Amino acid sequence: MVTSIKKYQTRPLDSFKKAMELRKEYYQNVMEAKQQGKLLITGGADSMVALPAGLGDYVFFEGEPYGATISMDPEFSGKCVEAVEAKNFARDMCAYMRNYWGSMFLNKYYFGGEFPKPDFVMQLGFCDTHAKWMQQVGEYMNAPYFGIDMPVGTPGRNVDAKVKYLTSQMNDAIEWMQKVTGRKYDDDKLREAVRNECKSSALWSEIVCYNKAIPAPLEQRLIFSLYIVCILRRHERKSVEFYEMLRDEVKQRVADGIAAVATERCRLMDDSQPPWYFLQLYKYMEKYGVSVVGSHYSFFLGGSLEEMPDGSLGAPKTPDEMGMPMKTREDILRAYALWYVKKPIISQMFALPHFKSETMLRLVKEWKVNGVIFHLNRGCEGTAFGQMENRLALTKAGIPVMTYEGNMADRREFDEAQTLKRIDAFMESLGLSKLEG
Amino acid sequence: MTLDRAKEIVTNRHDYAREWKKKTGSKVMGYFCTYVPEEIVYAAGVLPVRVIGSHEAQSYTEPHIYAMFCPFSRDVLAQGLRGKYDYLDGIMIGHSCLHLRQAFGAWMTNVPASFSYYMYTPAKIQSPHAKELMLAETIEFKKAVENWLGRPITDGALDKSIEVYNTNRRLLKQIYELRKADPPPLFGSEAIELVLSSQLSDKAEHNKILESVLKELPQRRNGPQGGNIRLMIIGSEDDDTNFLRYVEGLGATIVADEHCTGSRYFWNETIPEKDRLRAIGNRYVNRPPCPTKDWESRRRFVHIMNMAKEYNIQGAILVQQKFCDPHEFDIPPLKALLEKNGIPSLFLEFDITVPIGQFRTRVEAFLEMLQLEVV
Repeated sequence: MVTSIKKYQTRPLDSFKKAMELRKEYYQNVMEAKQQGKLLITGGADSMVALPAGLGDYVFFEGEPYGATISMDPEFSGKCVEAVEAKNFARDMCAYMRNYWGSMFLNKYYFGGEFPKPDFVMQLGFCDTHAKWMQQVGEYMNAPYFGIDMPVGTPGRNVDAKVKYLTSQMNDAIEWMQKVTGRKYDDDKLREAVRNECKSSALWSEIVCYNKAIPAPLEQRLIFSLYIVCILRRHERKSVEFYEMLRDEVKQRVADGIAAVATERCRLMDDSQPPWYFLQLYKYMEKYGVSVVGSHYSFFLGGSLEEMPDGSLGAPKTPDEMGMPMKTREDILRAYALWYVKKPIISQMFALPHFKSETMLRLVKEWKVNGVIFHLNRGCEGTAFGQMENRLALTKAGIPVMTYEGNMADRREFDEAQTLKRIDAFMESLGLSKLEG
Repeated sequence: MTLDRAKEIVTNRHDYAREWKKKTGSKVMGYFCTYVPEEIVYAAGVLPVRVIGSHEAQSYTEPHIYAMFCPFSRDVLAQGLRGKYDYLDGIMIGHSCLHLRQAFGAWMTNVPASFSYYMYTPAKIQSPHAKELMLAETIEFKKAVENWLGRPITDGALDKSIEVYNTNRRLLKQIYELRKADPPPLFGSEAIELVLSSQLSDKAEHNKILESVLKELPQRRNGPQGGNIRLMIIGSEDDDTNFLRYVEGLGATIVADEHCTGSRYFWNETIPEKDRLRAIGNRYVNRPPCPTKDWESRRRFVHIMNMAKEYNIQGAILVQQKFCDPHEFDIPPLKALLEKNGIPSLFLEFDITVPIGQFRTRVEAFLEMLQLEVV
């Protein structure tokens, strides 16, 4: 049965093109870093990417987004994961990592040429995978490796000690980086990079808050295309400029009542990374008038939300806005450490399930969400951590919930037909049917 | 033999804890990983007991833990949900792997207990700053236990606890030393039972058991035979002593192990210092690491190779709980390292229940291959 419904005004997002340009430029920079006289550093997407800034020009080649990119090419991804399995590593390990490792073992960079050899490896460890992923990279590429331990623990407990721990490790990292590169470290450059990172992240947080509006100015597929700058290049001035532009455009879309999904009549959230090779999932839901307005993952991978004076969730203050001193290296590192200690993607998602459940309940309420879809993601034990308890907490609160199994970056573990059938059934339970035209 | 008492404690662990509670009128705390400063719990007059596997098929955890997480974490949670640990007054976990922490989180939410605590134990134990954070976390944990019980934990009680724990570690290590002999005076399954029973009982009482075992072992007549293949078991949490017994019934003796249910649990002692909490914390940072905490360099492999040499092993069984990411990272390079050093290995993936028929064929083939190498 099909139903007709009124349509909101919609229009393409101008900033989308810029986001794609910045992403393309980033992967080009990875390839050409050496030719450009820049350091090439590899590590995880949530690493403290501003930290090497004091060394001068560099490109931080992030593992997870690269693994996600590879997953969109089934042929190359297939070769990568098989190369990893041929070395006796298990196929249930992080799927991003297996794509990245496979590309490394095959010595093939997805965008052409050989796999880029890093000058050094730097990682922030907060799940079972991060630190060990890069241990293998350091050994295989014969590149020096420095890991920073992110003290997860119970949010709010022992904050000073955690900040001190991170600060001390960063100080060690700076000494170490100078030693392995022979470069002098410039604190002014560090300050600028940390400011850019915090500002980019705060702007992203502000942008996702505009999605509380009905109709939502952004939907999840678009959000994934836009958050990538905050993942790959958040420590750069270009990132801040991009998010200022995006923020202004999204704000205007809300003022003008512009919808991302013209037929929005149901707002959903999802959970975990999507199957990157099947983003048509969101397009399929649009046929029902569904706008997926975001997720704990897509909001917090690049951003952070804090309680505002009126009790709602809003963008966090940057260290400068909080009045934190940023004069000395110690000041900057302390501010940077605190920023990471408070990051919800780490403190909630990787601590204990109920912390994330509490936030999800708030997101559902404030973003006026009608239901939640969990991607039970076999490709990432980090985002799959606690999902079933999150699901129970939402169900207990009367929120309709659906799950489907899959893998964000290994399509061998995804059943497209079954997933769409489950979505159809969920839509039916929400009283939705496909729309005309 | 007193060894039987250790087995009895492991087999009847719930009865043991209930009886201890009745006898002492004190509380019992379940812990989920060996990265917890048990000495503080013990100093508070509370019995710390490790939650280990039941190896019973179950259908309780599906709504709480996604099936891609390790069978041990699901087995642990299942027991909580089924009420098998209804005598626990509190639960506690130290930061280690996501799998077990998820079981802890689900237990905390769904099984009532008056105390639950997640403590951060540094993952980068190779950092010179790990000990400072460990100290800060240990201080907070002690305060939390004191608040829960409504009484302070005195320095005297901490000293006594450290001494009891160190004695336990020392005695276990003495027994492990005896396993270097050919034949060793005890089976590997019995050694693991000694360690498991230590994790499940009052250490003061356990020390007496260990002292008796040490006295009895030299006179033992029914221990392993000389000339058996000398094996080492390495890997994930492994409390499946039935499987070990089975392997040892096929002409092999397990003479060494590297498990948190074995040597990793007790290998190093607390070095006393004036700041007792620092001393306790340091011990956990310095202990032989779990793979989750073994980076940037691979200290764990050095420890394993040293053990392999000291115990003169001829082969190794690499045991991994299915989906255990930390061990999935270490096993391929470890297997390569063992082979490079002339030590053949057999990789086995464990689930809640072990497919004994399939494993029998593989273990027999492995032992046969080792026997040929010996010839």
